Amino acid sequence: MPRNVLVVGELNDGAPSATTRELLGAACGIAASGEVGVVLLGAGASAAAPACAGATRAYTSDDAEYDAFRGDQWLRAIVAALDLGDADLVLIAQSTAGRELGPRLAQRRGTAVAMDCTQVVDDGGTWRATRPAYGGNAIATYTFATRPAIATVRPKSFAAVEGDGPATITALPGAGESRTRIVSREPAAAEGLRLEDARVVVSGGRGLGAADGFALLQQLVDTIGRDRAVLGASRAAVDLGWCAQSMQVGLTGRVVAPDLYIAVGISGASQHMSGCSGARTIIAINRDADASIMDFARYGVIGDYKQIVPELIAALRGG
Amino acid sequence: MHLVVCAKQIPDPETPASAFRIDAATNRVVPAPGLPLVLSQFDGIAAEAALRIKEGGTGHKITVISLGEEQAAAAIKQVLAMGADEGVLLRDAAFEDGDSHTTATALAAAIRKLGDVDVVCCGRQAADWDMGQVGLILAELLDWPVAPLAQSVEAVAGGVRVRRGVGDGFETIETSTPAVVTVSNELGTPRYPRLPQIMAAAKKPIVTWGATDLGLDPAKLGAAGRRLVLERLALPTKGGNVRLIEGDTPAEQAAALVAQLRADRVL
Ligand SMILES: Cc1cc2nc3c(=O)[nH]c(=O)nc-3n(C[C@H](O)[C@H](O)[C@H](O)COP(=O)(O)OP(=O)(O)OC[C@H]3O[C@@H](n4cnc5c(N)ncnc54)[C@H](O)[C@@H]3O)c2cc1C
Repeated sequence: MPRNVLVVGELNDGAPSATTRELLGAACGIAASGEVGVVLLGAGASAAAPACAGATRAYTSDDAEYDAFRGDQWLRAIVAALDLGDADLVLIAQSTAGRELGPRLAQRRGTAVAMDCTQVVDDGGTWRATRPAYGGNAIATYTFATRPAIATVRPKSFAAVEGDGPATITALPGAGESRTRIVSREPAAAEGLRLEDARVVVSGGRGLGAADGFALLQQLVDTIGRDRAVLGASRAAVDLGWCAQSMQVGLTGRVVAPDLYIAVGISGASQHMSGCSGARTIIAINRDADASIMDFARYGVIGDYKQIVPELIAALRGG
Repeated sequence: MHLVVCAKQIPDPETPASAFRIDAATNRVVPAPGLPLVLSQFDGIAAEAALRIKEGGTGHKITVISLGEEQAAAAIKQVLAMGADEGVLLRDAAFEDGDSHTTATALAAAIRKLGDVDVVCCGRQAADWDMGQVGLILAELLDWPVAPLAQSVEAVAGGVRVRRGVGDGFETIETSTPAVVTVSNELGTPRYPRLPQIMAAAKKPIVTWGATDLGLDPAKLGAAGRRLVLERLALPTKGGNVRLIEGDTPAEQAAALVAQLRADRVL
C-alpha cells in the first residue's frame, strides 16, 4: 500500500548528510508508490535538494538562520512541512538535532516517537519500529497508537539509494524566533578523517591503563594509514580524561561501521557495541579471553596490548 | 532558584549480558538476582548539575521527583543524600506501564503543583530504555525552552547557560528560565554521599502524590494513555564465533593476525 514518508534531512557542507541519504533509502523501501518528502533547512538547502536521491518532493528554506541548529526554529519548519503533506511516517536521524526533534515533534503533533531505531516496517497498516534497549542487551519492538508514526533512525542502519532527486520543491518559511540563544560555537579543529568515514577504526578502552596508550594506538593508525584509519575510544577512556569526548564510540557516542574495528583493552559492554557492531570485521585485543567483546569479535588476540600492538605494527610494516 | 531533578530507578545497566534475562510473557526485564536497582546514571549526573548551581549561590533549593513504585524512594533518598532538599514520589497504579509521554505528563503536573520551579534537570536518557524523551516532552508540555545534552550548566541573570557537544565541536547556549535542561555524562561524576549525609537525608521530607493529587485523568496515564506500545522485548542474537589467534609469543600472534587479515582482504 502506498505510504507517505517525510524525512527530516540535515546538511553537511552544503550536501545532504550521509545519514539523510540513508533515511531516504529507508523511506523508498517503505513508501511503495507513496510520496517521499524531505525537509532541508539552511543556506544552500534548495541547491542541495536535487542530491536527495529517492525523494519525490522537497520542502526547503535557504534561510541561513537555520544553519546552527535550534530546535524551536526547526520544529516550526517541520510542522509546516507536515501541514503541507500528509505523512504516515516521519524519519529523523539519531543525531544531536534528531535526539531533540523526535520527542518534541511527537508531542507537538500529539503522537509518539521511537528513538534510535534500526528497523521500521509497515505491516499492512501497522507501523512496527525495532530498536535496541537496555544498552543493547535487549531488542524492543513497538507499535504506535497514534499517527503519524515517528522514528529516529540509528546511522548506518539503512543503505542509501541512487536515482532521481525530488520533482517538486516547496518553500518553507524562514527561521523566526528561538528561545535558546547561541552564545558561542567552537568547531572542532577539522583534522583528517571523520570517525564515521574511516575504513579502519582503532579504539582504546580502560585496559590501556593510561593516556599514553593512545599514543601507541596512534602509531598503529599511522601504520595502517591516516587516509583510512582513525582513533576511537570507549566511554571509560573518555571519562578518565585520556582522550577527547568526540572519539567516543557507542550508544551515547558515535556510530561507526568500518571494514575493520580494532578494540584494544575494551570489554565489549553492550553500550559500546551499540556503536560498532555494524563493523564488517571486529578484532579484540584483550588479556581476558572471556571478555564480552569475544561474543562480537571475529578474531581475538589474547594478551597484553603493550606487547601485542608493537608487534602488530612491526608485522604490518614488514609485509 | 528552585531546581527540580527528575530521577528514575532502574535495573543496573552494567549488568553483564550473561546475567540479563527477559520474561517473554510480560515483556519485562527480570532483574538479576542480587543486583540492586540503581539510580539511572544520567539522573545522578543531573543531580550533580543542580547541586553545583545550588552551591554556586544562596537561597537555592532542590526538589527531587521520581515516578515509580514504592522502592523508588531509594533513588529519591540517594539524591537527598547528595544534597537535595525535598523529595516527591509519584506513585499510583494508574502510572504503570506507560510511555515517555505519560511519564512526562505526570512529571509536568507535579512541577506545576510545586508552582515556583525555575529549572528542571533531567538525565539525557534513562539507562534502561535509552529513549531520551522525557525531559524534552516535559519542556513541550510546560511550554518551556529546553537545553539538551548539557556538559555544564550555570545560572546566569534570568536564565541558564549550557555548554554542549554538537557533532565534532561544542556550543554554548543560553535561555531564560523557567527551562528544562537534559544532562550528559561529560558533566562529571556525581558526588558520593557520605554516612552523615545519608543519615541527614533520612530526615528530609518525601511526599507521595497520585493521579488525583495531580488532578490527572487516569485514562490519559500509564498503559491506558500510552501512544507507543511495547509489543515485544527479546534478547539480541550474537555472532559468538570468535577465532582466537594462536601463537606462542606476541610476535607470532601478530604475524598470524596480519596473515589472516591479508587472506580475508581486510588489509
Ligand atoms: C546508558 C549508558 C550509556 C553508555 N554509553 C556508552 C558509549 O556510548 N560508549 C561506551 O564505550 N560505553 C558506554 N557506556 C559504558 C559501558 O557500559 C562500559 O562501562 C564501558 O564501555 C566500559 O569501557 P571499557 O571497555 O573501556 O572498560 P572496561 O569494561 O573496564 O574494560 C577494560 C578491558 O580491558 C582489558 N584489559 C585490561 N588491561 C589490559 C591490557 N594490558 N591489555 C589488553 N587488555 C586489557 C580488560 O580485560 C577489560 O576487558 C554506557 C553506559 C550506560 C549505562
